Amino acid sequence: MRLVIVGASLAGLRAAQAARSAGHEGGIVMIGQEPHLPYTRPPLSKEILQGTQEIEDATLQVGELDVEWRLGVPAGGLDRERRRVRLEDRSEAPYDRLIVATGCRARGWEGPGSELEGVHTLRDLEDAVTLRKGLSTAGRLLIVGAGFIGCEVAASARALGVEVTLVDIAAHPLLPFGPQLGERWTRMHRERGVDLRLGVGIASLRGHGGRVEHAELTDGTTIATGCVLLALGSALNAEWLAGSGLELNPAIVCDATLTSVSDPDILAAGDIAAVPVALADGTPLRVEHWTTAAEHGQLAGRNALLEPADRAPHVTPPYFWSDQYGSKIQALGCPALAERIEMLEQSPEDDRFVAACVAGERMIGIVGMNAARRLPWYRKQLTEARPLEQVRLALAQESSTLGAPIGAPA
Amino acid sequence: MKVHVDMNLCQSHGECVAVAPDVFQLGDDDVLVWQEEVDDSRRAEMEEAANVCPMMAIRLED
Repeated sequence: MRLVIVGASLAGLRAAQAARSAGHEGGIVMIGQEPHLPYTRPPLSKEILQGTQEIEDATLQVGELDVEWRLGVPAGGLDRERRRVRLEDRSEAPYDRLIVATGCRARGWEGPGSELEGVHTLRDLEDAVTLRKGLSTAGRLLIVGAGFIGCEVAASARALGVEVTLVDIAAHPLLPFGPQLGERWTRMHRERGVDLRLGVGIASLRGHGGRVEHAELTDGTTIATGCVLLALGSALNAEWLAGSGLELNPAIVCDATLTSVSDPDILAAGDIAAVPVALADGTPLRVEHWTTAAEHGQLAGRNALLEPADRAPHVTPPYFWSDQYGSKIQALGCPALAERIEMLEQSPEDDRFVAACVAGERMIGIVGMNAARRLPWYRKQLTEARPLEQVRLALAQESSTLGAPIGAPA
Repeated sequence: MKVHVDMNLCQSHGECVAVAPDVFQLGDDDVLVWQEEVDDSRRAEMEEAANVCPMMAIRLED
């Protein structure tokens, strides 16, 4: 059996490794748009940007993996009738089973001045290298978008002593964690000297000699800056699937076994896969987390070797983390779908906490800060969406909380 | 088998704790503590713990 994996980042690599350890002896072709072997991405906005981790150390351990690498060539199309992936160099890769893990790219911005030198996005290794160089001469870094990438880069730049202006059209940073925690993130950035401007976006960029020098914001103010990071989220690398007949939403709609609902010989893993999430009542969701890419990859690699009826489902709740200013923010489940946030436990100094993400009366996720040791307990609570009241009752019996449980039932 | 954790890489995500709570634990200070010698019968479980580590900090040795 010929296994083709499109996408040579974490999910693709884990899929190939899992297929080999499950005993697959046929060919494996790995197609990757980037010229690199798979590398780790989380440090791109943190350690690599700050220069505390070397670029060479970002490459993931590939070991003795027996695969045919086709790197530096993106996939251009999928012909399901002939079971072939077309590559942009006009070559083809025939498959019996196909795993799609093409992920996302940084979402661009087409406004005036976006083509100027000194205007960056951050997704790939080259992006991190270029941005790092840009920071060293920036004077001031302007970050557009206070999501996770924007906030992490703000923290990294401050660690390097760079002046930072961070703008977002939203009323607070880290929108997926809701307004209740927003005040906390706002304070965190301002205390570290970030010029955080909320409720404003970018109108235009102006430069001299092809280099960016000024940014004009939607409220009419102007910022002098030699380095701009557009941190506006991600766009799916799904264009090559247009016309394939696969159901897209725009990600590949899969069942819980990561199998495309349109084609049992095609599986998807990582950002490109929309997979039913138990905590979201089985709605197929795209979960753009690093750990999900690893979990999906492993499962897709094993499942691709099996007949559909024998494939195992993905059940682990989504897990996500972000490091900013020496604090670790961690989330489990589906915080972005929550209607409200309720504090569950908190250290007396208020530097550590765990809060519940609640939809209806059920807990569908948690957000924690500097509370790593409490996460395993919450992970057990989150295998299903349990009523918050039940979680609070269980929490009242816990002896190792960060402080007295908050709102515990009498 | 021996379980090695590179503490320069470990960032206390706790994914390994979820797989094998009796082998891996996070202390009060959120620093990982673990059992270095694990019975060979638990190889599959230890491999899963190594695989789920987002920092790839866990290594097994026979």
